[in-house]
Amino acid sequence: MLAIESVKAPDASRVRRKMTWKRRLIPFTFTGPAIIFLVAMFGYPLFYNVQMSLQHVTVGTFLTGIAPFVGLDNYTDLLSDPLFIASLQRTAVFTVFSIIGQMSIGMGLALFFWRAFPFSTAMRALMLVPWLLPLVVSATIFRWIFDLDAGILNYVMEQLNLIQQPIPWITSVDYAMPATIITNIWVGIPFSMAVFYSGLQSLPREVLEAAHLDGATPWQRFWRVIFPMLAPLTGVVFTLSVTYTVKVFDLIYILTAGGPANATQTLATYAYQLSFRNLDWGHGAAIGNILIVISLGFAFFYLRSFKKSLAAEDA
Amino acid sequence: MFRSRLAQDLTKLMIGLIVVGLVLFPVYWMANASFQPRIALLAATPSWFPLPPIIEGYQNALVSQGGSLLTSCFVACTSAILALAIATPCAYGLVIFKMRFTTFFIFVLLLVQMIPNVVMANALYTIFARAGWLNTYQSLILSDASLSVPFAILLLRAFMVSVPKTLTEAALVDGAGYWGAFFRVVLPLSRNGIITAGLFSFLFAWSDFLYALTMSTKQKIVPITLSIYQFIGTHGTDWTSVMATAVMASIPPIVLLLMGQRYITAGLMGGAVKE
Repeated sequence: MLAIESVKAPDASRVRRKMTWKRRLIPFTFTGPAIIFLVAMFGYPLFYNVQMSLQHVTVGTFLTGIAPFVGLDNYTDLLSDPLFIASLQRTAVFTVFSIIGQMSIGMGLALFFWRAFPFSTAMRALMLVPWLLPLVVSATIFRWIFDLDAGILNYVMEQLNLIQQPIPWITSVDYAMPATIITNIWVGIPFSMAVFYSGLQSLPREVLEAAHLDGATPWQRFWRVIFPMLAPLTGVVFTLSVTYTVKVFDLIYILTAGGPANATQTLATYAYQLSFRNLDWGHGAAIGNILIVISLGFAFFYLRSFKKSLAAEDA
Repeated sequence: MFRSRLAQDLTKLMIGLIVVGLVLFPVYWMANASFQPRIALLAATPSWFPLPPIIEGYQNALVSQGGSLLTSCFVACTSAILALAIATPCAYGLVIFKMRFTTFFIFVLLLVQMIPNVVMANALYTIFARAGWLNTYQSLILSDASLSVPFAILLLRAFMVSVPKTLTEAALVDGAGYWGAFFRVVLPLSRNGIITAGLFSFLFAWSDFLYALTMSTKQKIVPITLSIYQFIGTHGTDWTSVMATAVMASIPPIVLLLMGQRYITAGLMGGAVKE
């Protein structure tokens, strides 16, 4: 770029100043629209959300525009709200079990597909389908599978003599959470499988062959060789899965709408309920901001690894 | 040696078929139910195969959901085009201009993708409500585009990094200017990246449920995702029609997968992690 500047030697200094001024603006003709869009669609709403969380916002606010400033009251209210504490715990349970399920099954499948066999490429492609379906569709399918009387899951379990009575999967306080977790694991398997698969492809063959020749059992090879080499990637998958799982809304809302009796109410669905059902925007916004802090806390680790790859790219 | 290899392949193939069958069973079960008569679905013993297939569910679905499919198509296409129009020049700008804030900007793009949608919906709803933009196409299209713009910028940037700098510089020397180089050199060379970003932007908008749920308060603009949800509420036991609708809502994603499998896997990591 420097070379080009010297080719177009400007003849007068005033022209030159105008040129450089224009030249400096050129980058912003490319990035400007995106910056404006991001500020309008993320920056301003996030600021607005913080502002709302410090106000007492009600239905009347939309008509009168009056929302008294209440400081941190919305946040302290939440700390003494048993439903908030319970939602926080349930979010943790939902996230931990979902991630254990997704990552272990995803890793298992990636190892299975690691060495190509006939039709393995086509099979891997098909395995991506659950990930591409709209969440509304996945949740609807599982509502049908979990159906008390006509659901296939109860039928199969009864045939196998695993249960005597059909289980009310999504309508009982005890089973609603396991049911939503199962659904969420199903949705998340393709992602972790695909990422682990690409990680396995990049492992150095010599090391694995050496371990094989040294007589390591498959179990040892996985835990002593493969797993340590995939540790950084596992960290990335873990972080992305956490930030994705704490915000799951569509799936829970369609399966159980947070019920029965709040048994599947997580922070995301509770925030929705406060804002859009109870029309209590201040508290809804406060939960939202807490959710952001949780997500970004985990994202911090991910960003550190990303910074390294950016630095490597520049070099 | 050859024989044992063959045996190994066959065993893996068999296990593979079982695994794929299990994982994809819910998808099959949706398709199966969509072709069954209503009564068969409520019977004590499930019928495993839709024989003979009944298209009544699809007829019902088309009559009551056809409009929603069109709405979703329109919203998803428009927001994908908008997202590409915003993201493509920006991605190129981040690649060729060494700006002080580039790294910071990329971090922001990564971070905003992690913000829970329900938080954005909370704020966007109140903002659009004040602007009188609830139940309008522009509020839904803008919100849906916000799902894909950060992702599309990162993805396109990862693609454009590999466009040889000498080519763009040649275009600049020829007097094309940066925008000329962008249109004549960079866009054609980043075709794959643009297709990938476009596919995903379409999918994100097509699959959106939360923005539709919150911003459509008057049944005026009802995308297919919201429509399915309302349909379960009112026709809870008509699983045939519900599943037929679900199948129709899944067709675009599955067609896109079949058409652009290599693009999909490229986009899986969002251009965020380099393999």
